[in-house]
Amino acid sequence: MTARVGVVTFPGSLDDADAARAVRIAGAEPVRLWHGDPGLHGVDAVVLPGGFSYGDYLRCGAIARFAPVMETIVDAARGGLPVLGICNGFQILCEAHLLPGALTRNQHLHFRNRDQILRIEAVGTAWTNAFQPGQEVLVPVKNGEGCYVADPATLDRLEAEGRVVARYLGGNPNGSQRDIAAITNEAGNVVGIMPHPEHAVEALTGPSLDGLGFFTSVLKHLVGAPA
Amino acid sequence: MPRVVVDVMLKPEILDPQGQAVANALPRLGVSDVASVRIGRRIEIEFTGEPDLDRAREIADKLLANPVIEDFTVRLVETDETADAHS
Repeated sequence: MTARVGVVTFPGSLDDADAARAVRIAGAEPVRLWHGDPGLHGVDAVVLPGGFSYGDYLRCGAIARFAPVMETIVDAARGGLPVLGICNGFQILCEAHLLPGALTRNQHLHFRNRDQILRIEAVGTAWTNAFQPGQEVLVPVKNGEGCYVADPATLDRLEAEGRVVARYLGGNPNGSQRDIAAITNEAGNVVGIMPHPEHAVEALTGPSLDGLGFFTSVLKHLVGAPA
Repeated sequence: MPRVVVDVMLKPEILDPQGQAVANALPRLGVSDVASVRIGRRIEIEFTGEPDLDRAREIADKLLANPVIEDFTVRLVETDETADAHS
């Protein structure tokens, strides 16, 4: 049976089509979800894509957090539904308190758009189990508000519990504390990542195929997960 | 009708790159006696009935500010004052 992976479209989402395409290339069926519809339509996992939901008004992700679909996703994520937030999706997950900390304006104030090497450090999550510990991957990064911040106690806890999923290598593009590019929740089903694995799934358009691993991981996870 | 003003500021320990950029531009204006600049956000709320500070606090805590990185204060101002808040 083909896994169904939902991709949410908010007003201002930008990378929802690419995320759905990545889901399909990984071998799953993408299911488009609409911000105003609280129904999850029987999906097995959800991707919150990049973009500028609600125009990034107030703070990035602050208004999307209260979208009808998000209320359902927050409950389902607490119950174990795999959720991957990419870029704006990561910001939404932090605003929804599914992940700790916050994403703030890049320290140098410039938008950064480049191919970025990451080191995958946590391979026990629903979205990274296809990688080797310490594996280096190349994916695009593109953000203006990607600087991950949290208080020192939270950062220490993330490190101690192995919840730093990926770190920037070869230069930190936004000033994120401890070079953090991606984190996970305690259960490992919710992952937020600032760079864009969905843009690195095809040789024609991406710098590598490394991003595909995030989407094949969730399929592996779903096969192994108890129904 | 009085309004409720919510001031949202980054917590002191959170770096404010916008404020720093402004501070760094001040010498070009010939200003050399400013030690630091912090940038926040001011939000004015008008209730349909009597202004409700507790309700405003709830709105600020849930939506207007992100308590992970920001602090906020809530206060009542007369309408005249909002137009003239800098004086």
